[in-house]
Amino acid sequence: MAEQIIFYAFSCLLIIAALGVVVSRNPINAVMSLVLCFVTSAAIWLLLEAEFLAMILVLVYVGAVMVLFVFVVMMQDIESATLSARFAPNVWPGLVVGAISLAELLVVVWVRREGLPIAAVPEPHPADYSNTLELGKILYTQYVYAFELAAFLLLLAIVAAIVLTMRERPGLKKQNISQQVSVRKEDRVRVVKMEPESDA
Amino acid sequence: MLQTDVLNYGIAAAEIALAVGVCLVLVVDLFVRDKDRDITYLLSLAVLAVTAWLVAPIGMNGREVTFYGSFVVDPMSRVLKLFSLLTVAVVFLYSRKYLKERDLYKGEFFLLSLFALLGVFVLISANSLLTAFLGLELMSLSLYAMVAFNRDSPKAAEAAMKYFVLGAIASGVLLYGMSIIYGVTGSLQFDEIATSLAAGQSNYLSVLLGLAFILVGVAFKLGAVPFHMWLPDVYEGAPTSVTLFIATVPKLAGFAMAVRLLVEAMAPVAADWQSMMIVLALLSLGVGNIVAIAQTNIKRMLAYSTIAHVGFILIGFIAGSPMGLAASLFYSIIYVLMSAAAFGCIILLGTKEAEADQLDSFKGLNERSPWLAVMMLLVMASMIGIPPFAGFYAKWAVLSAIVERGEIWIAIVAVLFSVIGAFYYLRVIRMMYFDPPKRVSTDSDELVPIVAGFDVKLVFSLNALALLALGIFPNQLLALCTAAFM
Repeated sequence: MAEQIIFYAFSCLLIIAALGVVVSRNPINAVMSLVLCFVTSAAIWLLLEAEFLAMILVLVYVGAVMVLFVFVVMMQDIESATLSARFAPNVWPGLVVGAISLAELLVVVWVRREGLPIAAVPEPHPADYSNTLELGKILYTQYVYAFELAAFLLLLAIVAAIVLTMRERPGLKKQNISQQVSVRKEDRVRVVKMEPESDA
Repeated sequence: MLQTDVLNYGIAAAEIALAVGVCLVLVVDLFVRDKDRDITYLLSLAVLAVTAWLVAPIGMNGREVTFYGSFVVDPMSRVLKLFSLLTVAVVFLYSRKYLKERDLYKGEFFLLSLFALLGVFVLISANSLLTAFLGLELMSLSLYAMVAFNRDSPKAAEAAMKYFVLGAIASGVLLYGMSIIYGVTGSLQFDEIATSLAAGQSNYLSVLLGLAFILVGVAFKLGAVPFHMWLPDVYEGAPTSVTLFIATVPKLAGFAMAVRLLVEAMAPVAADWQSMMIVLALLSLGVGNIVAIAQTNIKRMLAYSTIAHVGFILIGFIAGSPMGLAASLFYSIIYVLMSAAAFGCIILLGTKEAEADQLDSFKGLNERSPWLAVMMLLVMASMIGIPPFAGFYAKWAVLSAIVERGEIWIAIVAVLFSVIGAFYYLRVIRMMYFDPPKRVSTDSDELVPIVAGFDVKLVFSLNALALLALGIFPNQLLALCTAAFM
């Protein structure tokens, strides 16, 4: 019973937060609503005994990705009026997609009512069961090869991104420190001898 | 009984060494100044040598599986890995001159090549859908970055963009097919998928759907018609040393991918994918050979010639027998050698001011350098498939396998298209021997000099002579390829 109350409470909060992302006019408010979305989803995952995923969601998405979002939003001067004007033509396709998604959800619910075989609710694990430990065990034994390969893929992505973006563009303005240090007085300062102009 | 649940790191020694080597090159290159870039170059070659030394004894005596069934070594993986190492080394030897001339001589070229090679290795040794996909992505991502490597060339950027978008779609399609097959058979491992399919309990239509998606992914990576659109643009737009890389090593990986995904995992539905492949093979032969005639850019021409060769490689798969697969493997290796030589020659003739990527740049090569003209003659003759050269034995092996299967009409069509294809190779030979060479200026008699170091000329000559040698003594290599599928 308590579980259900928690689930419904967090689900409602999640829906409100998700609406906040879409509806809010201030981009910062939208980003903050998204943070709330992630934290609430993490709580729902905890109910599913997926505590590792819940932690990762908070750490990676809230801790890293959303910070990046905030940076991007703050760096850019976004006027919500021009933004919503750009979105206006997309309202109809958006509504169609939304309606289809809603219909699909309803079909799933309907199929469930038709008595198709559905997996039984799994037995909850005992309190000392560690999801993280089990995930670690399988990740470092059965899937160790794939895991290491994924790591190499990420390394490659970093290298490729740097190769493609870091270069000397013509006309790039930057400091040349050795030139700055080795500059002499004669290069920069011109001493002009002048006769005093006043007679006093 | 295969023991698959033990972590046997020993048989993955080559992959581990290569991965460590990649990291080593990455770190060392940070501390190397631009004028000492040869250190990175030599270190990369050393990494290849060490890996080759480790690969050589692995997998000689049959099949071994490790990492809980996600990694396999067998005689085929050994042959393919050794030849990919050799090819990458040859690519490095050719590329040094090209990169130096164009201020592209940076550690990243070697680093990305080694990353791609690691992906090729993973793909060659894949025994599960997951590993195959990771290997493929490791290879493809490096290739996308390599194509865009020359950041000041808008053409290269355009080619990279096309390659990336189309490649990402192909990967998505392949992944979709994999997910369907996983859903139907309930396993990621190739041998278990084959067992499950052979049991015949899965929904046939779903299997066919997944199979079609996987075949599209494989065809895209190999460049078979109608999934070939990226090939000419990428070949033309990329820096020639990158084109050289893309035209060679990934084809060996594509062959391995087709063997693992189709021949091993999908063996029970072989009749289905073979009939789909007939369409791919014949279209590739037709489009490749006919469209190549219209090209004036030799890189584009070779791209279409690649498509035609891929058609031949697929014919070996259609034959389906161990002999057919061995013939395909033999063809792939010979094709890689020919392709390396042809692009090597483009690099050799090119200068900083002018790429030798137009057909016109081969005009009168005989007057400029008789030796190089003879070598290029060998390469072109081998590509046509004239008897004493390796290309002839490759075509002959594939065709005799398909004739043995009883599909004589495929062999006849393939030969007809090859005869059409002979035209554009012969045109290069005619230009080299019968057309007047380009002069420095219109009124002077001085020929445009060939600026190339002794090392590039030596590698090119050895490469071209290898085609002649393999044509006269093909038995060693043929035996190696046949042993891979026994």
